[in-house]
Amino acid sequence: MKIEFTLNERPVRVDVAPMARLLDVLREDLRVTGTKEGCGEGECGACTVLVDGRAVNACLIPAIQLRGAQVQTVEGLARSERLHPIQQAFLEHGGAQCGICTPGFLMAAAELLHREPHPSRAQVREALAGNLCRCTGYQKIVDAVAEALS
Amino acid sequence: MSASTLQPAPQTPPALALVGQGVVRTDGHAKVTGQALYVDDVRPEGCLYGATIRSTVAHARVTRLALHPDDAAAGVVLVTAADIPGENVVALMTDDQPALASAYTKHVAEAVALVAAPNREQALAAAQRAVVEYDVLPALFDPEVSRGHEIRLFGADNVFSHLTIRHGDATGAFANPPAGSRVVEGVYRCGHQEQLYIETQGMIATPRPGGGLTLFGSMQCPYYVHKALKRVLGHTDFNVVQAVTGGGFGGKEEYPSLVAIHAALLALKTGRPVKLIYRRDEDLRATTKRHPMRARYRTLVDAGTGRLLAAEAELLFDGGAYNTLSPVVNSRGAIHALGPYRCDHAVIDALMVATHTPPNGAFRGFGAPQAHWSAERHIDRIARVLGLDPLAVRRTNMYRDGDRTPTGQVLRDVGIGIVLERALERAEKPLPPRLAATRPGGGGPAARLVPSRGLALAWHGCGFTGNGEAALKGKADVALEGRDVVIYIASTDIGQGPETIFPQIVAETLGLPLARVRNAPHDTAQVPDSGPTVASRTTMVVGGVAQKAARKLRDALAAEVGFDGDFDRMLAARKSTANLRVQAEYTDDGSLVWDPKTYQGDAYPAFGWACVIVDLDVDADTGEVFYRRLVQATDVGRAINPVLCSGQLEGGALQALGFATSEELVLDAQHGMRNNRLTNYIIPTALDAPEMETVLVEIPFAGGPFGAKGIGEIPHDVPHAAVAQAIERATGAVLDRLPMTPERVLAALDTAAEPSA
Amino acid sequence: MSLHISAAPVLEPRTLAEALDLRASHPEAMPLAGGTDVMVYLEGGVIDPPRFLNLWGIAELGGLSRTGDALRIGALVTHTDVVRSPDAQALAPALVEACRTVGAVQIQNRGTIGGNVVNASPAGDTLPVLLALDAEFELHSAARGQRRVPAAQFWQGYRRMDLAPDELLVAVHVPAPSPGDRTFFRKVGTRQAQSISKVVLGARVRLDAATGTVTEARIAYGSVAATPVRCPATEAALIGRRRGDLAAAADTVATEIRPIDDVRSTAEYRLAVAVRVLRGWLAAV
Repeated sequence: MKIEFTLNERPVRVDVAPMARLLDVLREDLRVTGTKEGCGEGECGACTVLVDGRAVNACLIPAIQLRGAQVQTVEGLARSERLHPIQQAFLEHGGAQCGICTPGFLMAAAELLHREPHPSRAQVREALAGNLCRCTGYQKIVDAVAEALS
Repeated sequence: MSASTLQPAPQTPPALALVGQGVVRTDGHAKVTGQALYVDDVRPEGCLYGATIRSTVAHARVTRLALHPDDAAAGVVLVTAADIPGENVVALMTDDQPALASAYTKHVAEAVALVAAPNREQALAAAQRAVVEYDVLPALFDPEVSRGHEIRLFGADNVFSHLTIRHGDATGAFANPPAGSRVVEGVYRCGHQEQLYIETQGMIATPRPGGGLTLFGSMQCPYYVHKALKRVLGHTDFNVVQAVTGGGFGGKEEYPSLVAIHAALLALKTGRPVKLIYRRDEDLRATTKRHPMRARYRTLVDAGTGRLLAAEAELLFDGGAYNTLSPVVNSRGAIHALGPYRCDHAVIDALMVATHTPPNGAFRGFGAPQAHWSAERHIDRIARVLGLDPLAVRRTNMYRDGDRTPTGQVLRDVGIGIVLERALERAEKPLPPRLAATRPGGGGPAARLVPSRGLALAWHGCGFTGNGEAALKGKADVALEGRDVVIYIASTDIGQGPETIFPQIVAETLGLPLARVRNAPHDTAQVPDSGPTVASRTTMVVGGVAQKAARKLRDALAAEVGFDGDFDRMLAARKSTANLRVQAEYTDDGSLVWDPKTYQGDAYPAFGWACVIVDLDVDADTGEVFYRRLVQATDVGRAINPVLCSGQLEGGALQALGFATSEELVLDAQHGMRNNRLTNYIIPTALDAPEMETVLVEIPFAGGPFGAKGIGEIPHDVPHAAVAQAIERATGAVLDRLPMTPERVLAALDTAAEPSA
Repeated sequence: MSLHISAAPVLEPRTLAEALDLRASHPEAMPLAGGTDVMVYLEGGVIDPPRFLNLWGIAELGGLSRTGDALRIGALVTHTDVVRSPDAQALAPALVEACRTVGAVQIQNRGTIGGNVVNASPAGDTLPVLLALDAEFELHSAARGQRRVPAAQFWQGYRRMDLAPDELLVAVHVPAPSPGDRTFFRKVGTRQAQSISKVVLGARVRLDAATGTVTEARIAYGSVAATPVRCPATEAALIGRRRGDLAAAADTVATEIRPIDDVRSTAEYRLAVAVRVLRGWLAAV
């Protein structure tokens, strides 16, 4: 089935099964692999992307629900060579270690910062609670998000 | 008594251009932009997908093994042990583990055979519906039963490792207790723990155009994979390349050898590239875990002060079905069994036994988190029995310079007093807001939250035990390539930072900017064997070798140009444009003496020291524990990169808090992991994690680069013990078994509330 | 890695009327809202329906509004929509709180109230609150038009509901609280987010303004039975008790729920916690 949607502000068209996961559409069909798979069941948040501005798990979105949607992935965060402030903050604070969870965290954080540019640490923790990280203990991730726009 | 009268004052290290600076990690840009390539991001042309057929029983002969007829007709490829060109073995410490258990299986989820198909769905479906029939045999799940049982798993008695450390005369001390002494006994337990790297195990085997294979995947130790594959293939016509790796924590120390062997066998049989990526549920069920432990402690203590006069400690670990690295876990557990406390008469007996459960293996800390659990809980027990303050008992017993450890090693530059004072100092800072009281669903003012604080102390031997490093002779190459310097090491970055730290060390040593120094890809065709990326040894040991190689490079360049000076001036004077590459290898000064037979001598070249203080709330109605703040002060020798260093400490501490209260394996009748989903194996989220205060204490180790010590494991050693102490302090509930799930905490609260007889 | 992801076709109605027609002609089709449960079941191989009925995007199934004395929550309203709705915050704070504990942000952004209701998980976090608030479910079919079912009668057995094969849940109606109402939500889960509850409690007592006695009580639990359940004996025990003297009624809970052991917790723990968290709240009312 042919489905058209917008990926990182560019129109894309894919021919996939209607129940194909957005995660597979991105990684396998479009070969855009910044979005990672950690569990396949909406627990780890590694595949977090924005659909119509909201952070969602790409492993839980069927292609059929993408018609006309605006999808944003980690590849769409930076503007040409200029990193998004949250990417810059992750670098400076040491928010990324092994990095496999990083794209998902960045997308969840991007949604929060769009809504609330100066979040409290409690708001940051709540907004990131759907993303599992095993390397950092979350401290430097919370630091990065809380201070990204300060 | 001030700390400084007991301990060496940490020296203020000289300010350096790069070392000691929290420079941005060199692989950071690729990771925050999604450009970093992990194994599953790569898809070679014509790639097939592999999947693993796994045993569904704990102990059985396999009587029939075949593809489902539809899959066979569709051309799905089956690989069994019969397809192995070399030996059917995963070569590691011993050769007891087969690469494929096609005829006889010793644990549930063991790889029996493999399939390959053009797409992942087809491969996974074929593996799932393959026909496997068993002649089921009785299985042993309890190490106490398994030891010496007639059903044989390993050797003559099902014991992977048994060692005894004798120090002083414990028997004599117990036989003649001095006046005012008392015997305190306790039993302590830990369950399994899963490493839970967020990237599952994965490997791609690709036939090379000119013959042979390339293995590319997620791993800590390319040369472990190399050594194992050599035996299975019967030749060395292959190379092993590390992909960007999404976490390891020990879980990608030895296990990737198995994944690589499987991918290679499929590629050999099909002649095509084969990608083998584990599903999360498969990864959880099949791969290694932290070893469960039961420990029995008996100590003779001075009743007035709690001073340890004599100790007997028996540690019993469940190794699972194969040996893997279990003897090393047993060894590290034994050496750390009494914690950072002096006891002049001790017998430590450590036993690692085989059972028909999936093999347990490497996991951050390697037996030390279990050993520290029992040591710290036992100190708390002594304080409780004697009516003393647990911190006072710790101060009484903690090591001082010149003390001897149970292996007879004389300690120098003991940092335990300093980290204790620094942690206490930092813990005076006001606590962060109590989020537990206002969280959604938390009951608000109706919740009965009891605040508390706990403290625990750790020591951790850095690098390999005894003469391990001297025997291994880890190597590192440093090369001048154009105007840049390239470091060739087998030590991998699994998040902890060698892609940044090694260039920092080498650039600092040569006086170059960081941008001109980089690590080469970790490809066995290019890099020498630096030893495995394990045991808190990468920065301290291999980093030291790389620094030595950098100095050799400078010397070689100086020799070539005829003068020794500024690196770029020498470079400008150079006529040749050829690459200049030198190698260094680990050597020590021979001052460390170790006898592996008696387990006496200098167990480690250096020890790290740590103090952890946890503030938490116990919910008196539900037994839940909510973390508020964790302070740790850790002697790191020298922080090459303070941001990466504290990041390691914070991540390790949270892993230990998971071990403390939420991470538990629920086992089915075959002792397979029943809760093998992220929904049910509970690691902490950002809301579960406390705010962290991390104090880096720098007591330099002369043998490490710029004074650095290993720090990867020590943060996992005692946060769980600090939690137990906090719970006990607030509620009287005594928990000696990990994890301290709300179910166990609530039961202990009820026991504590009962009027004592 | 998607072993079980379905190749099945999807029906795509654009209006509620089309959806009801397709629901009637294809009762075998699995309705699909935000997908946060359906996709997990597919991945886990738990379901393998021959067809799906995609409801996502049908305008008549959305919308959260205050009509007269009640809150009308369209079936496709997400948990995030509820959390951010001033009307929901004003009229149903316990429901807002419950929605904040469903999974985490990613799930709340996609998972819907309607999906939560018809998924009918015994552990569904919003369901005990809907019971406690006397919510009603608006069900539509092409053949019979619409009807309303009180939450208390909706869940009939393990994942069994008063929902005909040709019906769709269109909206959830939550009555506005009366001034004497006190409501409570408590979730005891495996962790503080991304957590399936071990015990979840939704409760409401109505206090007489003059005397402080309880005139109406709703005590409802999740994760302690095959369905979300109310505790009528406990409710009865509360009636006529005065504020300050309510806590002892919590013990009655132990006589009317029989939780089980599973991979997440034990029957013993669930029972003890169910009683204690209720007692704690009743003491604080």
